[in-house]
Amino acid sequence: MTDADTYDLECTGISKDFGSFRAVDDVSFRIPSGTFFSILGPSGCGKTTLMRMIAGFEDPTAGDVCIKGKSVLSVPPNKRNVKMVFQHLALFPMMDVYENIAYGLRCAGATKDEIASKVADVLERVALPDLARREIHQLSGGQKQRIAIARCMALNPDVLLLDEPLGALDLKLREAMKIELKLLQHQFDTTFVYITHDQSEALVMSDYVAVMNAGRFEQVGRPEELYHAPQTAFVAGFVGDSNRWTGRAVEVRSDGIKVETDAGLTVIAMAHGNEQVVEGQAVELFVRPEFISATKPGTPDSDLPADNSYTGTVDGVLFNGANSRVLVRGPAGDLIEADVVVTGGADDLREGDPVRLHWARAQSMCFAS
Amino acid sequence: MSQDTKRLSLILLFAPFALWIVLLILLPHIGMVVLSLREKVAPRVYEFGFGNYVDFMNEPIYWNTLMRTGSMSLLVTVLALLIGFPVAYYIAKIAGKRSRGALFLMCLIPLWVSDLIRAFGWILLLRETGVVSSLLVWSGMTDEGIEFLYNDVTVVVGLVYTVILFMIVPLVSTLDGMGDDMIEAGYNLGGNSLTVLRRIIIPYAMPGIVAGCIVVFMLTSGSYLTPILLGGKNSSWFTEQIYDQFITRFNWESGAAFGILLLAFTSLVVWLGLRLSGQSLANTVART
Repeated sequence: MTDADTYDLECTGISKDFGSFRAVDDVSFRIPSGTFFSILGPSGCGKTTLMRMIAGFEDPTAGDVCIKGKSVLSVPPNKRNVKMVFQHLALFPMMDVYENIAYGLRCAGATKDEIASKVADVLERVALPDLARREIHQLSGGQKQRIAIARCMALNPDVLLLDEPLGALDLKLREAMKIELKLLQHQFDTTFVYITHDQSEALVMSDYVAVMNAGRFEQVGRPEELYHAPQTAFVAGFVGDSNRWTGRAVEVRSDGIKVETDAGLTVIAMAHGNEQVVEGQAVELFVRPEFISATKPGTPDSDLPADNSYTGTVDGVLFNGANSRVLVRGPAGDLIEADVVVTGGADDLREGDPVRLHWARAQSMCFAS
Repeated sequence: MSQDTKRLSLILLFAPFALWIVLLILLPHIGMVVLSLREKVAPRVYEFGFGNYVDFMNEPIYWNTLMRTGSMSLLVTVLALLIGFPVAYYIAKIAGKRSRGALFLMCLIPLWVSDLIRAFGWILLLRETGVVSSLLVWSGMTDEGIEFLYNDVTVVVGLVYTVILFMIVPLVSTLDGMGDDMIEAGYNLGGNSLTVLRRIIIPYAMPGIVAGCIVVFMLTSGSYLTPILLGGKNSSWFTEQIYDQFITRFNWESGAAFGILLLAFTSLVVWLGLRLSGQSLANTVART
């Protein structure tokens, strides 16, 4: 097996300039066959431009795009076997569902019988077999979504690009569609490249996630790698929730770094990222709320991590079911977020209660800034 | 109380519209129908009958004029569409945001000048001693001046020029509503430029196309100044016949019948056009 067989999509050093503005800056990545690959980044980070270059709607200023090992730079968009689900889906309103799906097959020169059987087949696979003769405006949001995917999948693309297609849906439907998209990807066994600014979409669905910022890839990895071992401060801040402090490294040792935050809190942390942290350097510190345990004073804390331990008072309780959180006014006067279990019983933390916070040094991620 | 105010304001708002419809559209047309159904049997003696329409049927020149007006109007409509569509497409889809307004304004500017002046402009250009003819003589391509006026080509050109704006405006507004992603999706799914145009852009713009065609066809077949001024006495435009009957021959009954016939004929063409394109008045003219 050669590389060409294992990688459906390969980009090497692609850049795109709009005038003097560099939208995509020297991005390289390879996507193995049959994976769900997400590109996660804030709006304006260049992810849509990157996708449009893969689809062929923009020409890269530099670099190469290979699909199944072959460069497609000279191939016009309508000849590339890369299909795209647009942000607003771009279903053709003047055609019904059947015609929408048949459009691509007709362009490919399929016969009438082939078209009929393929459309029926793909509708079956997205679990909407009875909708062939429905008009587009009669479909619900979720159905439109699936038809847009079916329209592409009917053409057996090498790669399916999805440009934030869940953005327009309401929250409940979005949650359901996340799971459904993952299942569809499994079922079609095609490489999906999914663009989003919503980190939970990327984490839930993807095999690999690339975090993009200001035209560059900050880090590419499995969702849990990004979450637990971010390589840059941007990734640590963008993926998942964090308490974020800036400060200075006062003591650097091989087993940890002592950081004094701007507010005056002293925290033992571990260095992350590629850049060395040296004594006296300005650093950024991230601690995820779920790794901070908040207990009432007097609770036996022998089994709790002792690296960082502070006393504070509860400033507010943010109740959100299983994701409830307390805001704690720490010793230095700054607010620290910590996840708590709110049972509704007498043991729950309430506003004004004194509280002890603990977390391990491994959970304080320190980046040189 | 508030119910009454609401009703009153509705009536007040509606009144000018109702007056306009009743007084300026319905009443005159009823009058025309009634007038057209009177036969003159002796001076100042009239009786009810279809004589005026029978006269029309029996006189081939009337028939021919109506057919000629109809077919030339169709030709003008088609030409306006063929020229207007690329212009509208450019304004709506290709031009940048800033130049779009300027381009649209440039299309509108000719409307600030009256029909008469615009037709006169053409006359200055095209008559035997006009600009084009003089240029040809000066450059030595011909020995004598050429009369470009008073032929069908000039009439068609003049009419297309007069009405093309009414084609461009509805086209721009429908094409404007079409997202670029629709076109990109067309390419992405494997269509070439021709397929995208034929299967996506034109079907999407169909309401605008039909609306523009209806307006242009109606304006052209009912126009008077341009055919007369550019085509001269030989233009044989049907409105000229109507004018003749009313003013020159003072035969109001026959003129009224011609008027009704023109209305019926153009309505029939529009209806046929709607049927053929699978559109309805509600989603074309009413929408733009």
